[in-house]
Amino acid sequence: MRGARRGLSLLPLLAGVAAFAVAADDPYQRQRARMLEEIRADYVDTAIHIDKEAADPRVMDAMASVPRHEFVTPDMRRLAYANRPLPIGHGQTISQPYIVAVMTDLLNVRPGDRVLEVGTGSGYQAAVLAELVAEVYSIEIIEPLAAQAAARLQRLGYDNVVVRHGDGYYGWEEHDPFDAIVVTAAASHVPPPLIAQLRNGGRMIIPVGTRFLVQELLLVVKDETGSVTTKQLLPVRFVPLTGGH
Amino acid sequence: MKLQPPSVRDDADTAARPPLLSVTLLSAIALAYEVLLMRLLSIVQWHHFAYMIISLALLGYGVSGSFLTIAQHRLLQRYALSFIVNAALFAVSLVICFHAAQRIDFNAEEVLWDPGQLLRLAAIYLLLAVPFFFIANAVALSLMRFRDRVQRIYAFDLVGAGMGSVSIVSLLFVAFPAPALMLLGALAFACVGIAAWELSLQTRGRVAAAAAVAAVVLILGMDELELAISPYKGLPQTLRVAGAEVVSEHSSPLGYLSVVESARVPLRHAPGLSLRATDEPPRQVAVFTDADNMTVITKDSGDPAAFRYLDSVTSALPYHLLSSARVLILGAGGGEDVQQALHHGASHVTAVEVNPQIVDIVRDRYGDFSRHLLDRTGVTVHVSEARGFVSRDQHSYDLIQLALLDSFAASSAGLYALNETYLYTVEALRTYYKRLRPGGYLAITRWIKLPPRDTLKLFATAVEALRRENADDPGLQLALIRSWQTSTLLMKNGVLNNADKSALKRFAADRAFDLAWYPSINESEANRFNLLRQPYFYQAATSLLGPRSHEFLDQYKYNVRPATDDRPYFSHFFKWRVFPEIVALRGRGGMPLLELGYLILVATLLKALIASLVLILLPLFSLKGPPPGAMVQRRYGRTRVLWYFFAIGIAFLFVEIGFIQKFLLFLHHPVYAIAVTLSAFLVFAGLGSAATERAIESGRHRRTAAFAVSGIVVFATLYTWILDPLFAKLVAQPTLSKAVVSVALIAPLAYCMGMPFPLALARLGATAQHLVPWAWGINGCSSVISAVLATLCAIHFGFVVVVLLAVVLYISAALTFPRASAMGQGL
Repeated sequence: MRGARRGLSLLPLLAGVAAFAVAADDPYQRQRARMLEEIRADYVDTAIHIDKEAADPRVMDAMASVPRHEFVTPDMRRLAYANRPLPIGHGQTISQPYIVAVMTDLLNVRPGDRVLEVGTGSGYQAAVLAELVAEVYSIEIIEPLAAQAAARLQRLGYDNVVVRHGDGYYGWEEHDPFDAIVVTAAASHVPPPLIAQLRNGGRMIIPVGTRFLVQELLLVVKDETGSVTTKQLLPVRFVPLTGGH
Repeated sequence: MKLQPPSVRDDADTAARPPLLSVTLLSAIALAYEVLLMRLLSIVQWHHFAYMIISLALLGYGVSGSFLTIAQHRLLQRYALSFIVNAALFAVSLVICFHAAQRIDFNAEEVLWDPGQLLRLAAIYLLLAVPFFFIANAVALSLMRFRDRVQRIYAFDLVGAGMGSVSIVSLLFVAFPAPALMLLGALAFACVGIAAWELSLQTRGRVAAAAAVAAVVLILGMDELELAISPYKGLPQTLRVAGAEVVSEHSSPLGYLSVVESARVPLRHAPGLSLRATDEPPRQVAVFTDADNMTVITKDSGDPAAFRYLDSVTSALPYHLLSSARVLILGAGGGEDVQQALHHGASHVTAVEVNPQIVDIVRDRYGDFSRHLLDRTGVTVHVSEARGFVSRDQHSYDLIQLALLDSFAASSAGLYALNETYLYTVEALRTYYKRLRPGGYLAITRWIKLPPRDTLKLFATAVEALRRENADDPGLQLALIRSWQTSTLLMKNGVLNNADKSALKRFAADRAFDLAWYPSINESEANRFNLLRQPYFYQAATSLLGPRSHEFLDQYKYNVRPATDDRPYFSHFFKWRVFPEIVALRGRGGMPLLELGYLILVATLLKALIASLVLILLPLFSLKGPPPGAMVQRRYGRTRVLWYFFAIGIAFLFVEIGFIQKFLLFLHHPVYAIAVTLSAFLVFAGLGSAATERAIESGRHRRTAAFAVSGIVVFATLYTWILDPLFAKLVAQPTLSKAVVSVALIAPLAYCMGMPFPLALARLGATAQHLVPWAWGINGCSSVISAVLATLCAIHFGFVVVVLLAVVLYISAALTFPRASAMGQGL
């Protein structure tokens, strides 16, 4: 904790130093490593639901590189790498790291992909995606959040993310089709325009639940012929029934 | 007047008579405050937290008992002043403590990761306990000061509380909850003024003037109190969107309604919409109840195509099996389901909605907007509670639709576990079923939860209802479909034929919905579009219909046994067996599995128990010990006192809560039913208390208590048997006569229940006065435990068991009635 605080006070000083120097002295590096350990453990736990024992190494690399502490409010920095969601103001949250990892992983993105995000929030999910794909387009309906996230992503050098303030229901037609779509904004249903803007063979992920508690992950899959199915995944190790019927 | 103590104290105490008017009014305000807090906290937080917070705040009564055990001598020397000061502090804290509690930023959902949240929660209920502490002091001091007249003071205390429960319900029809709180504060100050006159205080003029000023200030500041609603509730979330604003607010005891228009970003409320749908809902206006539970009013410009989206949700299924149906919609809300019925060519729609304000909003303010949806020919609207309406209704229908009444967020977080609902019980489904025409359907739509809960419990309930209706094979009359978000269950009055089955399959396939059950379903059809790890819904349906359904119910990790009228907790899914497994998963996203509502109840009980032990035991040890030789006798006497007051404290509320549930099912209307039965219980108990005067004067305490307990045993036992058939006979009577019958039935029972407390207290007052505050405290604590314990018992064993337990407790109390001799010698 003390280290974290000292690190904070040093941040302005370090701002001008070369990137590798920052990385070497990054006071959050150990916390981030611990976060990755927790994500790995959660993966092992939930393997039965997500059909994977471990995350795609590229996703883990992305989680390791994004400075999560930059995406939370100053009073939450000490908790930035805890494996839990955190409030970011405006009644919104930054998702639990494990959930971000699983959601990103389930999208099966490739380096050249173009991804749409509806509900930028803090911009963290967009940053993780930006480490993995060519272009990220992100729409946020709450204006101050959109402005903050855009400034933050720019400051951190995520040039391949474009943030726009607006209504995400109709997607972003100028840039469609998308290889993957992430919908974190609350919606009463999956918006038909988003399904339309998903490329054949593309995937869309939606966390279902409340702001703090993800009840399930909804994976929408559009196959090569354009037909759509969903997969409902429980992000926790739990089977409702043991024994036979 | 044999037992009258040696007249009043020899200090400068001016009070010649107990301040009965102020006691009555203050008790009325205290009860009104309790009911109002429930409303306020349901708006700013969620219902179950409201329940917890209030239960624990009532510990203020217990704390008062132990405080007075220590401080009684000093306070009684200046009784009049002490009464006034406590009344004034009650008035002040009533307003200020709520203000302060609102400033504490508590988020229930973070409890699991952040133990600090628990401290905040504790701070909230400690703050809210303060007013109860002061009012309890005022009443208890009066009981001690005028110990020859306890029965009368207690009677006025109860009658006052009874008046309070009716008054607050009436007040909430005309005032919003926040100003109502300020008004209660002002009334409490008025009582301080009245008390100053009643107690003939020398400074009464100045006290009354100060109280009047305070009351005026509160009335002038009535609109200043803003409710700090949790930012994670539906209303604040919606208002984050630019252009969304509250255009009107309405309030009644049924709920606090906020009408929201969103000018820039449409609301687009269409839960369960098919992935294949291409239509977007038209413009909508949202109506939130208690800042959550959204229902929408949809713009109707006369173009039927605009409502095509209503054919792309699971609840549209029955319309594909029927034509020009006579439809009954239970829970009409903003009218979405009425619109759906009309869109599908229903020949007539009867819409039932419990909240008249919602009906008025749709009819008046949004009359043009909805193209007078509720006033069209072929649409009839009834303002009524759904179950009550169906029990009285003589018509029959082709389709009865039970709408999605609760919000997804609250439902998915398991927050409804403590809510009794009589809409989804076996008996309810049978009642609906009887109103179906041959070939007609009952359709119930629910949110899908993962792992499945509601949908399965509903299926199990339908199977049980059909069995009790002597269906040969319930499976032949049921169908269940699901999208990723909602499920719709159909229960047919008749067997689903081949035409039904093919229509059903076509409907589901066209919209990418999955089939979970229909007669002759094949497992390969059950998990095609919305893939689950296993076809859980199909597997469960098959198991529930099979010969080993009990095995399934036992093995399934959630409680999906059918709810009944005796255990009407449809949303109680928790099983203790799974608790360790889920706790091990906390912090790993296991929280949504936890069914929070139930655990909060258990946590509340534990906290109440611990607090009560501390509050009862601490003063017990602080009492000065008698000579060593008297020890055995003393312990014996004191244990009796402890048990007696504890038992009647628990039993009183057990009977009250047990029977309020019964009467709720008879009177149906949630608000009136509770107001009428609660105040009948309190007022008649007050009369019972007053009637003990002669028994006390002539020293027949114990015999009268035995008589009262016999009365309770007889009436309570009798009622558990005769109420059901009696209510069944009277179901079609008008509400007013049902209310009269209810009061008449409650009267003798409550009358007897009012006696045991003052009889024993009078005995203590005469023989061991220092134990009076202690008895008062025990009674306060046990009442807190009782309210929580009663719900817990009802969840597990049903209300009949709650009442029977109370009977046993009353008998045990009668056997431990404090003896005059033991008191005199031992204490």
